[in-house]
Amino acid sequence: MKIGILAVQGAFIEHQKMLEDSGADCVLLRKKSDITNDIDGLVLPGGESTVQGKLLRELDMYEVLKDKIKNGLPVLATCAGLILLSEELSNDPNTYFATLPVITKRNAYGRQLGSFKKIANLNEIGGFEMVFIRAPYIEAVKSTDVKVLAVIDDYIVAVRYKNQLALTFHPELGEDNRVHRYFLDMVHNS
Amino acid sequence: MANTQYELNKGLAQMLKGGVIMDVTTPEQAKIAEKAGACAVMALERIPADIRAAGGVSRMSDPKMIKGIQEAVSIPVMAKCRIGHFAEAQILEAIEIDYIDESEVLSPADDVYHIDKRKFKVPFVCGARDLGEALRRINEGASMIRTKGEPGTGDIVQAVRHMRKMNEEIARITSLREDELYEAAKSLQVPYDLVLYVHENGKLPVVNFAAGGVATPADASLMMQLGAEGVFVGSGIFKSGDPAKRAAAIVKAVTNYTDAKLIAELSEDLGEAMVGINKQEIKLIMEERGK
Repeated sequence: MKIGILAVQGAFIEHQKMLEDSGADCVLLRKKSDITNDIDGLVLPGGESTVQGKLLRELDMYEVLKDKIKNGLPVLATCAGLILLSEELSNDPNTYFATLPVITKRNAYGRQLGSFKKIANLNEIGGFEMVFIRAPYIEAVKSTDVKVLAVIDDYIVAVRYKNQLALTFHPELGEDNRVHRYFLDMVHNS
Repeated sequence: MANTQYELNKGLAQMLKGGVIMDVTTPEQAKIAEKAGACAVMALERIPADIRAAGGVSRMSDPKMIKGIQEAVSIPVMAKCRIGHFAEAQILEAIEIDYIDESEVLSPADDVYHIDKRKFKVPFVCGARDLGEALRRINEGASMIRTKGEPGTGDIVQAVRHMRKMNEEIARITSLREDELYEAAKSLQVPYDLVLYVHENGKLPVVNFAAGGVATPADASLMMQLGAEGVFVGSGIFKSGDPAKRAAAIVKAVTNYTDAKLIAELSEDLGEAMVGINKQEIKLIMEERGK
């Protein structure tokens, strides 16, 4: 199984380590020619969404990745990655792939002093230590096909919509690889 | 400082990796930097090259100016305080800065003690010229390290020296027998636990960026190839002929730092680079501030 990890900016090496430890092969996607047809899954890591979104377009990766996501390529998106997938951002006029029918608020908990860690239930996985760093949250879902996987203080922090698994927190930080194994199962079954 | 907060602060630095942090002095510059692809901005009154030119004592920036920059952009905003000036750091924490740079670019406020950064919730980045300095800053609570380089010169030689020195010392620690680590801790003047971490992991326990003297896409590529996890650009952008274009080029060079063909294209028609000065030509050596 070969997973492509968007590697234009952010914490992509952490995802690579988690996935390799779970038995997957990884390829880092830094430019268009890195995106080959034998990729079975895609990871959109944490980082700065403004930077990633800009580089996706300038390095000519946007169209080809968007097509792949729309055509069902399984995606794991964390934090900034979720922002890239969101159809709508409540506090930012920009959108990027816009393949996930949710309304997301960027930097929803404020600045770094608002960052936090919390153990909460993640449906289909169980209790999970969630790390939120200048995190967004999902204000609303726009389709009944969006399955809500986790909620903290009334705000949605994890969803699955068809082939897209999107989290506002960072399962790649720390040692617990259950989210990555769940994603690899998704890829396996797709 | 709670352990959780330190983990979160190290985590924010991880999110900045593969990115470029740019010095800005006004909200307008901050917007240019964000649009060009900066992953964070460093708010300061004067960029290092101008601090050199102006001379005198240089201090933390006006909080009002920093707040203006915080309002102008959605990316993290960092700001500098003087080495050892914990009251300036308290002020920056009070205005909810995302990262404090306890920086040798400003005039040191204390010639013996650095700030006890464990007392703060807000994260700190500190400069280091070698492994000992880096681990001492980490022991004090820094959650991110950068090379010192020689700020405001446009001369990359010191940043290269610091990065190579760090790599060489990490490689040496990794190759030691375990019973030799106690002596290594003693000679580096750092706690044993941090030396053990480096021995077992072959890297610093926090993210390590390059800073000080980066002026071109090629400089950024050089530092990334030497092992930097991201790049600070100070005077190099807004002291150049076409800041927006140069900033965007450096951002792309950091992402594809081994792609010489792309960096060749990026390096075309960037306008004038900052003039730059050599270390031999300057009187004020900032890298020697704070040990």
